[in-house]
Amino acid sequence: MFLGFDALELARFQFAFTVSAHIIFPAFTIGLASYLAVLEGLWLRSGDDAYLRVFEYWKTIFAVVFGMGVVSGIVMSYQFGTNWSVFSDKAGPVIGPLMGYEVLSAFFLEAGFLGVMLFGRDKVGRGLHFFATLMVAIGTLFSAFWILSVNSWMQTPAGYAINEAGQFVPDNWWAAVFNPSFPYRLTHMVLAAYLTTAFVVGAVGAWHLLRDRTNRGAWIMFSMAMWMALIVAPVQIVAGDLHGLNTLEYQPAKVAAIEGHYDGHPEGAAPLILFGIPDDEAASIRHTLEIPYLSSLILTHDLTSPLPGLRDFPPGDRPPAELIFWTFRIMVAVGFAMVALGLWSAWARCRGRLDASRSLHRAAVAMGPSGFLAVLCGWITTEVGRQPWTVHGLLRTADSVSPLGAPAVGTSLLVFIAVYFVVFGAGTAYVLRLMGRSPGGGDDISILGPTRSAGITPALSVGRRGRGAAG
Amino acid sequence: MELDLPFIWAGLIAFAVLAYVILDGFDLGVGILSPTFRAEADRELAMNTIAPVWDGNETWLVLGGGGLLAVFPLAYAIVMPALYAPIIAMLMGLIFRGVAFEFIHRARRTRVLWEWGFAFGSLVAAFSQGIALGALVQGIDVEGRAYAGGWWDWLTPFSVLTGVALVVGYALLGATWLVMKTSGPVQRAARRHAWRAGAGTVGLIGVVSLVTPFLEPQYAARWFAWPTAIFSVIVPALVLGCAWLLFAGLRGQADRQPFFASLGLFVLSFIGLGISFYPNIVPPGLSIWAAAAPDASLAFLLVGALVLIPMILGYTAHAYWVFRGKVDPGEGYH
Repeated sequence: MFLGFDALELARFQFAFTVSAHIIFPAFTIGLASYLAVLEGLWLRSGDDAYLRVFEYWKTIFAVVFGMGVVSGIVMSYQFGTNWSVFSDKAGPVIGPLMGYEVLSAFFLEAGFLGVMLFGRDKVGRGLHFFATLMVAIGTLFSAFWILSVNSWMQTPAGYAINEAGQFVPDNWWAAVFNPSFPYRLTHMVLAAYLTTAFVVGAVGAWHLLRDRTNRGAWIMFSMAMWMALIVAPVQIVAGDLHGLNTLEYQPAKVAAIEGHYDGHPEGAAPLILFGIPDDEAASIRHTLEIPYLSSLILTHDLTSPLPGLRDFPPGDRPPAELIFWTFRIMVAVGFAMVALGLWSAWARCRGRLDASRSLHRAAVAMGPSGFLAVLCGWITTEVGRQPWTVHGLLRTADSVSPLGAPAVGTSLLVFIAVYFVVFGAGTAYVLRLMGRSPGGGDDISILGPTRSAGITPALSVGRRGRGAAG
Repeated sequence: MELDLPFIWAGLIAFAVLAYVILDGFDLGVGILSPTFRAEADRELAMNTIAPVWDGNETWLVLGGGGLLAVFPLAYAIVMPALYAPIIAMLMGLIFRGVAFEFIHRARRTRVLWEWGFAFGSLVAAFSQGIALGALVQGIDVEGRAYAGGWWDWLTPFSVLTGVALVVGYALLGATWLVMKTSGPVQRAARRHAWRAGAGTVGLIGVVSLVTPFLEPQYAARWFAWPTAIFSVIVPALVLGCAWLLFAGLRGQADRQPFFASLGLFVLSFIGLGISFYPNIVPPGLSIWAAAAPDASLAFLLVGALVLIPMILGYTAHAYWVFRGKVDPGEGYH
C-alpha cells in the first residue's frame, strides 16, 4: 500500500494521468498539422502573403506543442512495460506490431520532415517545403490510424487466437487491424482533433478581432474556424451516434453505464435519462430527469427491441456508471455547444457581421478550450467504460498489472505529476503567450522569435559556405 | 528454407538500439557538456548543432522500446519492471532535455532553468541508460513469465560503473561532434573535452570489459574458450585502433576523424556486448527464441520494416545532408 492505495489502483491512475496529459498534445497537433498544410496550399495557390503569415504564426506554436507531444509520447511507449508488463506479454504479439507500424510509418516521418517544415523554406524551395508540411500532416494521421487500431482492438478484439502461454496471437491481421470499433473510433477521434484545433484557432482569431476587427490574419483564422465548426461539428454528432451504436453492439455494459440504466428494458421503450445521480453500490439511479422512449429511439431506432441494464451483468463485470455517466454528458454538451456556435457564426456571416459581432467573438474565445474538454471526457468514457477489462471480455485489468510494489508505482506517479505540472504548465504558458501576439500584417512574423525544436536556422548559409569546411 | 524470424528481428532491434545510442549519444553528450561553455552564445551554438536532428534520433529509442514490445513481448514484460527506476529516471531526463530546445527561447526570466534542465536532463538520461545496461548485463531474475527480483536489483557497483562509462562515452561523442560541427572557441574547448573524455572512455571500456566475463559463466566461456576466444584478440585490437585514430585526429586538428573514431568505439563495444549476450536477449536465461512473438507477428512487421526502414534511412540521411557542415556562430536566427 502507498498512501492508502494498492499497486493496481496506482498503476491505473498513473496510466490515466500520463495518457490524459499526452492526448492533449496530439489532439491539437493532428488538426494543426493539417491546418498548416491547408494554409500553405492556399498561399501557394493564391500568392496571398496573408496566408503565409498565418502559417508562420501557427508553425511556431506547433513546434512547442509538438515537442511536448513527443516527450510525453515516449513515456507512453514505456508505460505498457513498466506498469502493465503482464498485459504487454499477453497482448504484445497483436498490438505490438501495430505500434511498430506507428513508429515506422508515422513517428519517423514526422521527425524527418519537421525540420524542413520549420526552417527549410529558404533552403529547399516551395514545392519541397510544401511536401514536407504534407508529410508531417500525413504522419500525424498515420499515427492516429495505428494507435486507434490498437485501442480499438482492446475494446473490440478480433482476428486473434490464444496460445498455450496464454498470449493473444494474430490469426487474421486484417480483422485485427480493422476490428469492429476501429472505423468508428478513428473517424470520431480525427474529427475531434480537427474540431479541437478549429476551436483553438477560432478563439485566437476572435481574441484578436475583439482588439482590432480589421486584423486580416485574425479574420482568416476566425472565418476558417467557424466554417469548420459549422460543417464538422454536426458531422461529428452523426459520427458519435454511429460510434455509440457500434458500442451497444459490442460493449453493451458500457452503453448501459453511460445511459445510467441499471435496470434492463427487455421490452424496449427505455427512457433517456438526461440527469440523475447514479449509485453503483446500490445499482440504482436517483433523482432522474427522463425523456420517455428516447433512449430506445436513439439506440435501437424502435420502441420494442430489448436494451440491457447493468444488472444484467455480474457485479464484477460492470464499468463504473458513477464516472462515465457524467463524462459522456459533458462531452455531448460540448458537442452541441460547438454546433450552436457554428450555427451562430453562419447567421452572423449571412448578415455580414462575422467580423463585428463582439458577443460571437467572446463566445468563441470562451469555447477555445472546449475541444480539449470534450476529448478528455470522451476518452474517459470509452476507457473507463471498458473496465474491468484491458482486452474487453478476455483479460482483466487486475490480471494485467506488473508485479511491482505499491511504493514503486506510487513514487513514480508522484514524480510524473510533479514533472508534468512544471514542464507542461510552463509549456502551456508559453503557448498562450505566443497566442497573445497579433497575427496581423506588418512585421509580426519576425518578432515571433526563433523556433528550433527540429530545425537549425543558423545553418541556412551552410549549404553555400560550409561545404569546404566539413560538408 | 524457413527464415529464422526471431534471429532477424534480434538483429533489427540491435540495429535500432545501436542507431539510438550513437545518434542520441552525441545529442546527450552535447547536453552533458553544455554547462562547461561559459558564454550563452557558445551554449546556444552547441545546442544549434543538434537542434535539427535530435527528434529523429530519439525516435530510434521509441523503435527500440516499441519494437521490443512487438517482437519480443516477453523480454519487454520482464525488462521494464526489472529496470523500473532507471527507466522512469531516463524518461524524466528525456522530458527536460526535449522541451528545452523550444522552451529556452520562449522563456524570459526562467531561461536559465531550462538550460539546466537541458544539461541535467541529458546527464540523467545518459546515466540511467548506462545503469540499465549494466543491470541487464548482470542478469535479471526471472520466474515463469515475470520479473522475480527486488526493486533495487539494478543498483550495483557494476551498474554504477556502466552508468559512469556511458556518461563519459556520450560526452566523447558530443565533444567530437562539436569538433566536427563548430569552429572557433567552441571547437577548441570541445577538442580539450574530447581528449579527457576519450581517455576516460577507452579506460572505462577496458575496465568494463575486464569485469564482464566474471559476471556470468557464459560470458567467460564466450571470451576465453575456443573458438569464440578469437574475439578476445580481435575486438580489443580494433578498439585500440579506433583509440589511436581518435587521438591522432585530435592531435592533427582533424575535424571529422575524431567523431568517426568515437563512433567506432561505440560500435565495437556494442558488438562486444552482442558477443556476450548471444543467444540471450535477457541474460542469463531468456533466449531470443523463447522471448519472441509468434512468427505471424514477426513476419507482419518485418514486411513493413523492410520497406520503411530503407525509406527512413533515406530521408534521415537527407536531413543530415541538408544541415551538413559547420554551424556558423555569426549567423543569427532570422
